[in-house]
Amino acid sequence: MVRIIDRRFDSRNKSAVNRQRFMRRFKGQIRKAVADAIDGRSIKDLDNGEDVSIPSRDLSEPQFHHGRGGVWETIFTGNDQFSSGDQINRPQGGAGGGSGKGKASKDGEGEDDFVFNLSREEFLDVFFDDLALPDLVKTQLARIHEYKSQRAGFSNDGTPANINVVRSLRGALGRRLALGAPFHGKLRELQRALDERLETHPDDDPEVQRLRGEIAILRAKLEAIPFIDTFDLRYNNRIKVPKPTTQAVMFCIMDVSGSMDEGKKATAKRFFMLLYLFLTRTYEHIELVFIRHHTVAKEVNEEDFFHSRESGGTVVSSALDLMKDILHARYANGAWNIYGAQASDGDNWENDSPHCRELLAERVLPFVQYFAYIEITPGEPQNLWREYEKLGTAHRNFAMQHIEGLPDIYPVFRELFKKKLV
Amino acid sequence: MSPPKAKRKKPLPAPGEWTFELIDAYHAEIDRVAREFGLDTYPIQVELITSEQMMDAYSSVGMPVNYHHWSFGKSFLQTEKGYRRGQMGLAYEIVINSNPCIAYLMEENTMTMQALVIAHAAYGHNSFFKGNYLFRQWTNPDAIVDYLIFARNYLTECEERYGEEEVELLLDSCHALMNVGVDRYKRPAKLSLTKELTRQRERTEYLQSQVNDLWRTLPAQASRAHAVETRRFPPEPQENLLYFIEKNAPLLEPWQREVVRIVRKISQYFFPQRQTQVMNEGWATYWHYTLLNTLYDEGLLTDSFMMEFLHSHTNVVYQPGYDEPWYRGINPYALGFAMWQDIRRICEAPTAEDRQWFPDIAGSDWRETFDFAMRNFKDESFVAQFLSPKVMRDFRLFAILDDDKDARLKVSAIHDEAGYRRVREILSDNYNLGSREPNLQVWDVDVRGDRSLTLRHQAYLRRPLSGDCEEVLKHVAHLWGFAVRLEVAREDGSVSCLHECRRDRRRHDAPQV
Repeated sequence: MVRIIDRRFDSRNKSAVNRQRFMRRFKGQIRKAVADAIDGRSIKDLDNGEDVSIPSRDLSEPQFHHGRGGVWETIFTGNDQFSSGDQINRPQGGAGGGSGKGKASKDGEGEDDFVFNLSREEFLDVFFDDLALPDLVKTQLARIHEYKSQRAGFSNDGTPANINVVRSLRGALGRRLALGAPFHGKLRELQRALDERLETHPDDDPEVQRLRGEIAILRAKLEAIPFIDTFDLRYNNRIKVPKPTTQAVMFCIMDVSGSMDEGKKATAKRFFMLLYLFLTRTYEHIELVFIRHHTVAKEVNEEDFFHSRESGGTVVSSALDLMKDILHARYANGAWNIYGAQASDGDNWENDSPHCRELLAERVLPFVQYFAYIEITPGEPQNLWREYEKLGTAHRNFAMQHIEGLPDIYPVFRELFKKKLV
Repeated sequence: MSPPKAKRKKPLPAPGEWTFELIDAYHAEIDRVAREFGLDTYPIQVELITSEQMMDAYSSVGMPVNYHHWSFGKSFLQTEKGYRRGQMGLAYEIVINSNPCIAYLMEENTMTMQALVIAHAAYGHNSFFKGNYLFRQWTNPDAIVDYLIFARNYLTECEERYGEEEVELLLDSCHALMNVGVDRYKRPAKLSLTKELTRQRERTEYLQSQVNDLWRTLPAQASRAHAVETRRFPPEPQENLLYFIEKNAPLLEPWQREVVRIVRKISQYFFPQRQTQVMNEGWATYWHYTLLNTLYDEGLLTDSFMMEFLHSHTNVVYQPGYDEPWYRGINPYALGFAMWQDIRRICEAPTAEDRQWFPDIAGSDWRETFDFAMRNFKDESFVAQFLSPKVMRDFRLFAILDDDKDARLKVSAIHDEAGYRRVREILSDNYNLGSREPNLQVWDVDVRGDRSLTLRHQAYLRRPLSGDCEEVLKHVAHLWGFAVRLEVAREDGSVSCLHECRRDRRRHDAPQV
């Protein structure tokens, strides 16, 4: 009568599709919530999920309902003081009152925001939605000339070097069992008959002789089944798949001179962290080169780049020189997509700025896919900005943006890496 | 309860953790007792699931399969949030009105809870689904799961063919009309031909009796011309908007009509549940209470089992008073449980008051009365028929009249001799879907003109429509494809137009909703 079924190991996440539909439908609101959420939280936290809230009126499902008003007569429980005909003042806010059914709960919940948790993946998806490294796709498509060999199951033919012993023998064993099964059964029967016969009859009984003969024939047949046959052989199958070269290198250049105060440095670091998160997430094979400079430039590791402090004067060209050198030394073989990002307060040694511009225009920009410069300064643009401005028109792969403070980071970042229609 | 018999059986073990063997053992005992009480059920299928799967089932309106829609994702997120933060426990059980009847047990439940759920869902609800007339008439438990699978596959196919967005917009519009997509009054049961003919004859006779001979002197032509002008479509107002749209919307593609039909069918399937909450939950609660108590009397259940069971049971049937902060209206479990218990009391030990109020059932066989009541009523009529003065006194029921023309509220009746009937009448009306939900009808289609559709809201006690009716109207227009108007007909006879949603599908094919 009863069937008890254990469904606990059935597929979970039956609602995953519905959840995705929900996310897709309210993308706009979710994106806004995410943008709000990252204001004022440190970049480190950014890697976690996030509770986002959406005004619930945006996702209401309208139905025909009664509204407030008209005549309602409703039953309540727990009368402790009323008699028939009593008059009561209308309660404020609806709780416990008689202003129509369901009002109290509607008022209580209706205006609340709808809050739910985004997983880390979903959060970053939304966060970096529509952003892309410019031009990466183009160069990548242009040069797919590498293949990698990858396992793809087993096949029936191949070179002897690729024989898969386990698979082949398993097949052979199965074949032997299948082919031998009828003989084995018959053999057992005959053997039993022979044993019974032998108990009552002498060794030279003709029936015994006949049985022995049959057994011998069967044995011979069984032995004739080959131990391994050519069609048992299985070979490891390998196929070649084109390997897209998405390798890219990103140069992060940051000014750590004395004029970069802690606030500006924090902004720059945030910008690079965001960039770093974006890159490591989007592309599997990406190398990062961190260059920090004051009067001299130095290549440092990620840890030092974000966390150690230095100060001094500013010679921006030193960093560009270093970038140029590294670029030519390590990434000049044409297999790399090269990107550069530079953050500075724009305060440079006066005579150096034109030099920077020349360096950038002649030695760097021709080799890179994209170079972005952000200037972090609360007021007027500084001399470096003015020099760089001259580059903008001549070079399509150069962009510059001005950041005043922390809240600008995200919009500026989006502006720099916005997907461009090709 | 019957007086405890001498404990003669060895109690079933009651560890915190359940096992499959124990579930089977408990089920066997519950089943035996239920049969002794004569509960008639569909075959039972108990499924053990995780809390995550419970949330999945929750968010697809309690069904084992359903089509995909963002709104189910929304309710999943809501449930998940509530559950993760511990604001809300998941229901102990979900039971599906299907044949065999599927009852979900959550793996987190203790053995006691599993036994409670089996008694509640697999015997209480299950027998109600099988017996109650609404479920018998409106639902088809043999086919529902298959139908849902069909619906999901069909919608997936539509999504592949016409795009997810197109299907989603269509479903949004259909969902907005789910409430008004059911036949409330029309029974699916077929009338026999003789009855049909009798009705036809009665109608003709009635029309004949309405003819006033005086008007015969009027020129015949004038009235005929008038009749042509005012021929309307639909000839009679239609209550089922989704049905009307499915059959008559001018520009829907065949697949769109099928989708409308799917939503309508599923909505119709849940219609009986919305009308039998008090009865159904009360019935299930009554039976888990009775079945487990009987087992306890037989000595099969340990004291610790009973303590845990009673703790859950009392939580379920708790009814806070109107002035307590967690008051959320009348608890259907509490009211239903109290009423079923009371009916048994009236049958077994009627007082003079009961004999006066319930001459038919006072002193009758309680099993027969139960069976009769379970089979033939819904909440509205169940309350009107069986709510006794004793239950009204126990719950201290009182009625509040809220008229927006008066500055103050009025207590119109309480649980006293003068008020019993009035309270019962009002409570019954509170459960009447017809007055709880606005009465909307397809009033007219301008067949010869701009094909606009007119809906009419028949206002009841001056109750207005809520603000989002304009949004709903956009959905109607999306389905209909032409202009849609919403009128309100007040009780004083005046009619005015509330909203109008202009639209012409032929010209603006882009969806606007």
